[in-house]
Amino acid sequence: MSEAIFRDSESDRAFRAKRFTGKALIYILLIAWAIVCLFPIYWTITTSFKTAPNVMQGALIPWVDYKPAWLGWRSLGLSPETIGAESTVRDEFMKRFLNSAITAISASTIAVILGSLAAYGLSRFSYRFGFMRNSDISFFFLSQLILPPVVLALPFLVLYKQLALLDTRIGLILLYTLTVLPIVIWIMRDQFESIPTELEEAALVDGLSIWGAFFSVILPIALPGMIAAFILSLVLTWNEYFFAALLTSTHANTLPVMVASQTGSQGISWWSMAALSFAAIIPLIVIGVVLERYLIKGMTAGAVK
Amino acid sequence: MSQGDLLHVVTADDISDRRRLFGRAIVWGSALVVALVAALQTAQHMGYADFGFQTWRPVLYAYIFWAACLCWSQVLIRGEHGKRTLFVLPAALFVVSLTVFPLLFGLVIAFSNWNLSSPLGRQFNGLDNVRQMWADPFYWNALRNMVWYTLAILVEYVIAFALALLLNSEIRARKFFRVAFLLPLMLSPVAVSWMIGKSMLEIRFGPVARFARWLGWDNPSFFGSPEVARFTIMLLDAWTFIPFMMIMILAGLQAIPKELTEAAKVDGAGPWKSFWEVTFPLMLPVSITAILIRIIFKLKLADIIINLTAGGPGGATDSVTSFIFREYRDRSNVGYGTLLAMVYLVIIIIAMTILMKVADRFARPRT
Repeated sequence: MSEAIFRDSESDRAFRAKRFTGKALIYILLIAWAIVCLFPIYWTITTSFKTAPNVMQGALIPWVDYKPAWLGWRSLGLSPETIGAESTVRDEFMKRFLNSAITAISASTIAVILGSLAAYGLSRFSYRFGFMRNSDISFFFLSQLILPPVVLALPFLVLYKQLALLDTRIGLILLYTLTVLPIVIWIMRDQFESIPTELEEAALVDGLSIWGAFFSVILPIALPGMIAAFILSLVLTWNEYFFAALLTSTHANTLPVMVASQTGSQGISWWSMAALSFAAIIPLIVIGVVLERYLIKGMTAGAVK
Repeated sequence: MSQGDLLHVVTADDISDRRRLFGRAIVWGSALVVALVAALQTAQHMGYADFGFQTWRPVLYAYIFWAACLCWSQVLIRGEHGKRTLFVLPAALFVVSLTVFPLLFGLVIAFSNWNLSSPLGRQFNGLDNVRQMWADPFYWNALRNMVWYTLAILVEYVIAFALALLLNSEIRARKFFRVAFLLPLMLSPVAVSWMIGKSMLEIRFGPVARFARWLGWDNPSFFGSPEVARFTIMLLDAWTFIPFMMIMILAGLQAIPKELTEAAKVDGAGPWKSFWEVTFPLMLPVSITAILIRIIFKLKLADIIINLTAGGPGGATDSVTSFIFREYRDRSNVGYGTLLAMVYLVIIIIAMTILMKVADRFARPRT
């Protein structure tokens, strides 16, 4: 093609060049920010495979800058050689991991159940609790968001001590449920308000009770929203540190508390800390990658009308 | 919100007097059980008699029993209406018992001198805690820091908006970028404070310190001087929470009808002008929601500070929460810490109310 018959005019070509630079700029910025977001994770993974000299050199790329070793994972008892053997560190880690998983999952489940019911009720019926009407009740639930954890922390510490709930999973679950409940109610109210009431009316005409209509008609439709609320709660409760640090000591410690307690020690062994941190964040990275759709749904509920 | 049921149901309830009576009876009966158990426990606590209670658990169980009876009685007394109440009642009871009661209890603690490790127990000391707070420079410093931290949200907002605009433009691999941008939000602040704060910002061989040296900062120290340390904390917190605002703004951007921007283009507006005249005003409500929620989260900021600087150097990076946390950890003085928290709560409520009023006026579309 030596000579094209149809050519773009001079001005069109200038426009294309401008467009191209614009595109390039967008991609450069996107990639730069992606690096900002991903590099710390990459750094943690690679550090968990380093040995002392590698860390001091600040080696970056495995197999090029340094030879990966299982040092960090061995200290956790999770490397190939130690995985079969007895390991107290691994038992400790698994215990904390289990604590985190149990508290996060149960708190999120309870919050989603209680929150969905409340949100459904508030979006469908009008209530009067004393002077409080629907909007007041909604506001009461949502205003819990503003309550900073530190206000509740010390009274709870004293109360839990009296109730022998200190350092128990149940105590943590109760508090975590409380902290995520307003968020769940917010998300679910948004969900239920988008479902037309004609659906229940049809179900009621067909002879179902209100609760029957809720369970057999509304719940299946609202399920994606509930999953979103559940996952968002899971992220928040899994990462929670403040209450866990105050209210647990030996039995019910969660993973963030374990990570935090290691950082203070003298002579940090970078590789094992990196392995521990990475093990603590990997469940959420998996959730973030696989269930990103639900997370975004949960976060944007109520924001866009 | 409109009153009157959205879902209007007419039911013929046929409730006998005996059923109604039974419903009342179980509420008051179980309430009596709570009162009785509480009275016995108080008596033992005061030292009048010994009933062999180890902890206050029995009161808790009695309370749960009462709550269950209350829910049941709603159905018994009010029939179909009671069944509707059951949707909201459990959550309401849960929240009330877990916030209102501890808050009232906290008010009592706030005006007492109570060292948990001392055998003396709680001692009412009137306004001593208030006086101590008034003279505590570190608390005021922490409050001032919170103002700085909160102001940093404006910068975070600008960055988040820019990122959302980038993600909303026509690009390939949008899903990859979205997931990558979202990931920092997933990470626990404790892990972040180690991964970035301790490891990557390590002065001798951390990659960021290396990068800073390469850029020409001879002696990078990220926690040395108060200003720099505060800035570093802001950066770390921004890193974790920018995705949150970004996602909300992105959702807002995607909800804007394409016709509007196209119309602006046809009318001859350049990209700059169409952003300021069309996109930005349309995004105001979403932006305000995002910023308000972000402020609420920011006011809870503590984990990173506790783990990274412990408030140092010289309290320069303290947030209120981390300050109270250390106040308790170091001196185990519950009373003073609670008072500080209560004052903080009052300040937050006042500030948020004003802010929401202003935001409401600001966001209302001008007609």
